[in-house]
Amino acid sequence: MSVCTTAPSATAPDIIRQRGQREVFCGLTGIVWLHRRIQDAFFLVVGSRTCAHLVQSAAGVMIFAEPRFATAIIEERDLAGRADLDDELDRVVTRLIERRPDIKLLFLVGSCPSEVIKLDLTRAAARLDERFGRLPRILAYSGSGIETTFTEGEDACLEALVPTLADAGSTTSLMVVGAVADIVEDQFRRLFTAIGIERVDFLPARHAGAMPAVGPHTKFILAQPFLAATARALHERGARRIAAPYPLGAEGTRLWIEAAAAAFGIDPARTESVLALPARRATESLAAVRAKLAGRKIFFFPDSQLEIPLARFLARECGVELVEVGTPFLHRDLMDAELALLPFATQLSEGQDVERQLDRCRAEQPDLVICGLGLANPLEAEGIATKWSIELVFSPIHGFEQAADLANLFARPLARRALLSV
Amino acid sequence: MQLTLWTYEGPPHIGAMRIATAMQGVHYVLHAPQGDTYADLLFTMIERRDRRPPVTYTTFQARDLGSDTATLFKNAVRDAYDRFKPEAMIVGASCTAELIQDDPGGLAAALGLPIPVIPLELPAYQRKENWGAAETLYHLVRAATNGVATPDRTGRPVAVNILGPAALGFRHRDDLIEVTDLLGKLGVSINVIAPLGARFADLARIPAADANIVLYPEIAGTAAAYLARKFGQKTITTVPIGLNATRDFAAEIAALTGSTVPDDLESQARSSWYARSIDSTYLTGKRVFIFGDASHAIALARIAATEIGFTIAGLGTYSREFAREVKSAAALYNVEALISDDYLTVEAAIAAAQPELVLGTQMERHIAKRLGIPCAVISAPTHVQDFPARHSPFAGFEGANVLFDTLTHPLMMGLEEHLLGMFREDFEFNDQAAPSHLGAEAAAPVATAPILTGWEPSAEAELKKIPFFVRGKARKNTELFAAEHGVTLITIETIYDAKAHFSR
Repeated sequence: MSVCTTAPSATAPDIIRQRGQREVFCGLTGIVWLHRRIQDAFFLVVGSRTCAHLVQSAAGVMIFAEPRFATAIIEERDLAGRADLDDELDRVVTRLIERRPDIKLLFLVGSCPSEVIKLDLTRAAARLDERFGRLPRILAYSGSGIETTFTEGEDACLEALVPTLADAGSTTSLMVVGAVADIVEDQFRRLFTAIGIERVDFLPARHAGAMPAVGPHTKFILAQPFLAATARALHERGARRIAAPYPLGAEGTRLWIEAAAAAFGIDPARTESVLALPARRATESLAAVRAKLAGRKIFFFPDSQLEIPLARFLARECGVELVEVGTPFLHRDLMDAELALLPFATQLSEGQDVERQLDRCRAEQPDLVICGLGLANPLEAEGIATKWSIELVFSPIHGFEQAADLANLFARPLARRALLSV
Repeated sequence: MQLTLWTYEGPPHIGAMRIATAMQGVHYVLHAPQGDTYADLLFTMIERRDRRPPVTYTTFQARDLGSDTATLFKNAVRDAYDRFKPEAMIVGASCTAELIQDDPGGLAAALGLPIPVIPLELPAYQRKENWGAAETLYHLVRAATNGVATPDRTGRPVAVNILGPAALGFRHRDDLIEVTDLLGKLGVSINVIAPLGARFADLARIPAADANIVLYPEIAGTAAAYLARKFGQKTITTVPIGLNATRDFAAEIAALTGSTVPDDLESQARSSWYARSIDSTYLTGKRVFIFGDASHAIALARIAATEIGFTIAGLGTYSREFAREVKSAAALYNVEALISDDYLTVEAAIAAAQPELVLGTQMERHIAKRLGIPCAVISAPTHVQDFPARHSPFAGFEGANVLFDTLTHPLMMGLEEHLLGMFREDFEFNDQAAPSHLGAEAAAPVATAPILTGWEPSAEAELKKIPFFVRGKARKNTELFAAEHGVTLITIETIYDAKAHFSR
């Protein structure tokens, strides 16, 4: 494996840290993919009409496939103290559970309004959990914009799940943490099994009743980079994290699996024999896409915390040139392994002042900009090709078999520009 | 607390954004937490605008709470002024900022900017999007006309203002083209169109016109009522949606100018002949359920009942502000008006009424789909496909043409329905067959090609995890690959080998 080298005189640029308008989603948006992942969970946002409007705007047409999320909209009488908030919440939850008796896990999701009025949803969840005899289980977390950015909603959700996980006792297991597509989970499970790791669990599991147990003999590995709070909570339950880059691209997936294998004392030769075929397949598939991406200048606006691993994949496996890699937050300890692989002189930015970042972006005239839906069409109209970032959290992108698909997500807007004469 | 699966309207600050985005040179500074910028994508994606809405958000976070948020707001206002140099600014709070009680108006005034800065009070826990839009337009008009004297209009040609077209408005773009054309044919000049395309300074010219056309009462009603009181302007409230409503509208304009409606005004109107042609006979008495914003629901009910010959099986609105008007309209058709913003209540009402056609918003489209009833979209909220590239007005005579097509296409055409009755047992025309325009979706499953190689059950299972819209291709490619490589039993590995092979 080649290691990126730069001229000896080069120094890494300082990280740009700016505060100002942030063009990002709040953590409530996590509901949109989490409810597809945990198939018997329901997400009840306690918030305002804005929250309901946000979730339905983000969910698009998906909302009508018998959605497993809703909003309890706080009204004037709730704020004026004419209605007891606890009673109101109980009434709404009772109505919901009557309507959807199939629900096994109910999340009360905090929002900016509920946080600001200091509505204690954790206590409410505990009270209701008791009252309904733990069917469904009722938990709470915050997806508010003041606390969480986009994918951090998943982090808060999984953090809330951790205390409810059963005690694994002396059982040794590998826990893969972070919602990935079902097909990706199955691929990972097959690889780990072939390597010889006996017990592999995924958090979250597909069903409320199938959540993994945790204990001092649990080793966990993050499949997603935005899970700092969940990692901390698992650590408190005695589990230990396996540090690794994230399983994006052929290289990232290989290093990720090798890190897990090493933590379980697997003979490297055995790991290699299992990984050789899918890794070769991934590399071969990537070769065609690489030609379309090599040498292109790419600019990342902050969105999901996936930006650094994606940038690493694009730079090392697709040959792109990174102009600026923005991330909403940079968790140093969770990103160490990734940062070590990034080209040395990569300009990173943490946080956002969107107008100034747009100025920098326009000045650089990148070949492709990764950004949110609020910025994409306006940048296209200015003549700058874009790839909308939210697709990266909805599509299966992890693992060997998806490496070329992932690269294609970036290549397609460029191909389209070349194709159209309008 | 209200349990909500779906909301017909956004919060009131979205209404304010729709006004600011429609206008030129007006900037909106919104005190709002991180995340509220989601609203930008309504304009850039659903309406497909080519620039960001002129809105600056303070995007405060938890660590900013306390005295810091006021400073954050002032900085945001100052930065937005320096960067965008707007001609006027509106400032306000979103739902969360309303709770932390900074005073956007006072804070902005303290900066002493050299442009009008208009504070908005939009109670987010009581009111909704359309109310927010109406209130914003009213405050802008009031601020712009402050100090303007009532003009003497004697001896001048009659002129009108068109009020209401906004950003994210359902068919506003094309309705405006039709109404402008209609007014041209009626020989009346247009003074100001607002908010769409207007500058703040244009609003000050509004009082110079004789009358205000309230194209969308939900948005322009409040401003027009104010203008009538303050400047004695006439208000034209007939919404020209439908053949008869357009005729009424033309007559009202003609009365204003003291002229007669020109003979060739309806030369492009085809819907009246289409409705009378014999293929439309089958439309008689079809039961239709109508739900939407108040003005579209009322307009569509009149069209359905008098211009197409449907029977009204239900009429309702989510616009509580216009409940009285919808109730009066419902009384004309002997149905009880449904006034509700609860999607489940609407679903129950449609299920109970068992109509043959539903006219509604995108939510009713999904309800109708679930109930297996044909449907057409006639009101906001709508999704991206209802902001079409082609000219598709609802207003005026061309609007009536568009509506005839829109309301009849989801139904089977007359001849098709006739054949269905004749060949009840026929394989193509039977009770189970859906309308032919539904095409592939309703077609019988096509027999799959004979499989030459075998699939291992685990490989079949893996294939099922691939999204349905590419599964067919994945199956075909895998089998092709297997055949080429002499693989007789397809395993999971074969699927991925084939995937890698074809991705090259």
